[in-house]
Amino acid sequence: MQTPADRDTTPVPNGGAAGVIHDIGYQRYDGSRLGRGYLLRTLFLDTLRGCYGFGRSAKSKIMPLVLFGFGCLPAIIIAVILNAFGGEELPMTYPEYLWTLSMLVSIYVAGQAPQAVSRDLRFRATSLYFSRPLRRGDYVVAKFAAMTAAVLIFTGVPMLILYLGTLLAKLPFWEQTGDVLVGLVGALLTALVLGGISLVIAAITPRRGFGVAAIITVLLVANSVAGVVFGVAQETGRETLSAYAWVLSPTGLVDGVLVGLFDLPAVNGVSPPGTTGCLVYLSVTVLLVSACAGLLLGRYRKVSVS
Amino acid sequence: MSVVVTSALTKRFGPVTALDSLDVDVRPGVTGLVGANGAGKSTLIKILLGLLPATSGRAEVLGLDVASSGEQIRRAVGYMPEHDCLPPDVTATEFVVHMARMSGLPTSAARERTADTLRHVGLYEERYRPVGGYSTGMKQRVKLAQALVHDPRLVFLDEPTNGLDPAGREDMLGLVRRIGTDFGISVLVTSHLLGELERICDHVVVVDGGRLLRATSTAAATTASQVLTVEVTDRADELVRMLRGAGLTVRSGGNGHGPGNGHGPGNGPTASGDAPPADGNGAADGDPHGLRTPAGTLTARVPDGRFEVEVTDDAAHDVVRDAVTHLGVGLIRMQRRRHHLAEIFQDGAHADPR
Ligand SMILES: Nc1ncnc2c1ncn2[C@@H]1O[C@H](COP(=O)(O)OP(=O)(O)O)[C@@H](O)[C@H]1O
Ligand SMILES: [Mg+2]
Repeated sequence: MQTPADRDTTPVPNGGAAGVIHDIGYQRYDGSRLGRGYLLRTLFLDTLRGCYGFGRSAKSKIMPLVLFGFGCLPAIIIAVILNAFGGEELPMTYPEYLWTLSMLVSIYVAGQAPQAVSRDLRFRATSLYFSRPLRRGDYVVAKFAAMTAAVLIFTGVPMLILYLGTLLAKLPFWEQTGDVLVGLVGALLTALVLGGISLVIAAITPRRGFGVAAIITVLLVANSVAGVVFGVAQETGRETLSAYAWVLSPTGLVDGVLVGLFDLPAVNGVSPPGTTGCLVYLSVTVLLVSACAGLLLGRYRKVSVS
Repeated sequence: MSVVVTSALTKRFGPVTALDSLDVDVRPGVTGLVGANGAGKSTLIKILLGLLPATSGRAEVLGLDVASSGEQIRRAVGYMPEHDCLPPDVTATEFVVHMARMSGLPTSAARERTADTLRHVGLYEERYRPVGGYSTGMKQRVKLAQALVHDPRLVFLDEPTNGLDPAGREDMLGLVRRIGTDFGISVLVTSHLLGELERICDHVVVVDGGRLLRATSTAAATTASQVLTVEVTDRADELVRMLRGAGLTVRSGGNGHGPGNGHGPGNGPTASGDAPPADGNGAADGDPHGLRTPAGTLTARVPDGRFEVEVTDDAAHDVVRDAVTHLGVGLIRMQRRRHHLAEIFQDGAHADPR
């Protein structure tokens, strides 16, 4: 075979039949072989890095980093203004900031979930993973955790920038700390919900382009349906219906949980009614995330190695 | 000690019986698993990796039961799938390092072994380029590297020569041989071509329709009996009669061996029940040199003066030489060679009523 290797000057036989290796021969490996935890951690970290384009081509870094930059920019501006001109409070609460990020974060997961899972399926690298000591369930756990962490970073970092801004501007420390923690709980829930939905869709659409389109469509459709139901319910004066409308949208779902749990004003104006409302939003969230995890586990149990 | 043992191993996919009560015993060294497409080779490997449950029967790999110790087996073996399995956007180095870590190697060891392994399989500067731009031969090397990077005790190589041109095929076969001899890793390598594996394997297992057709040690099988190709200027028919009279087995199959005889039409399956190994034209595509014996039955006529003599001991040489001298014909060639496996299996294929 004429590969560039043939021109290599090192005295290495190029797959010759002579069976002689002139340079250092094959070395056996008797170092450590790490176990399950290491495999999980490795796959988690490599996937997480990949979600921001690291360890991938330069081109793959553009989208996630640009989106991430757009997500942080308003927070930076707010922090700077707050410090330059002073102020008693943030112009928007942390959950409100999360809400404004929903479009960007949807585009982000649509771009990254396919590379996190469809790629291995499409090019059948799964054969190589599953012929190794890695368990299939662990593959799913590592991928889900990595996608969740990636989205958490996407929405959590801008909140931390805001928080840092308030600290520098000497806004009340405990109040801000409490508020940012609520925001981060929201960021975590958003990450679980969006990570789960996007991974499930990506895992059943091996072609990357279709995956991206399908995820963005599902998220946008869910948001618009929720918005329409909410609008119609408001118009016709059905308070209860409008309060539950946002269950249909991932962003609204998370906001409803925050509103219920932390007694905040709802970003969209209508709070789910009392304890029941809170429980409904919370259980839908838990169900949705578990359903996604279950579907993923089921999907990967069926992936054959050939 | 065997590296792989199966007993009455059966695998059914609905109505399809992929493995039919298969008994194989694979010893350390390089073992070829040969069978036509659909013979059940890949299915066997997947069962041995603990990835596919057998319908019935048992299998052990490195002394571990495939049904209960899959994870332990996958820790100790390497696997090169027959299909593409490389994402195109990563470099060979990145990909193999990742796979080494996914086998449990710490990052620094993974990097070191990746560099060594890629060098051993013959990938140099190109290892820093994305795999998507590689030739088939280079991709096969990356696939091989990821199977070896964690220094397994045994590797399963599923059709490593698939899709390669003759030169690439030779390189890959040389590499596979070296894995067994120089690296000291036992190899189970599959091919749908019988001819190519015999030169690099210590043992060959032939499967057909999920059943064991024949298992043999290539060294034992091909040295035990040899063939003497004889070519004379004329009176070949008489010579043959004389040699027969002296108790030698003579075949008129010499016409497949001349240097001028290239590939046969060679488009049939090589090892299958319908077209048994060495069934003349079908076998030739397994042999890049076209050295395949149609081994036709002997007729009295030896038109081109060429025929073959079975050699069981050194006396055969002398008998032929004496007969040639006696007849006073010119001896063009008297060449000794090993049997090709196909010739050996041919008898088995015909003898096994299925
Ligand atoms: N997952 C599967 N479902 C149904 N039939 C299968 C499956 N895998 C293999 N087979 C069948 O089993 C037989 C053996 O296949 P395989 O092991 O791939 O053969 P080989 O690798 O020797 O070409 C074939 O008839 C094939 O169609
Ligand atoms: Mg196969």
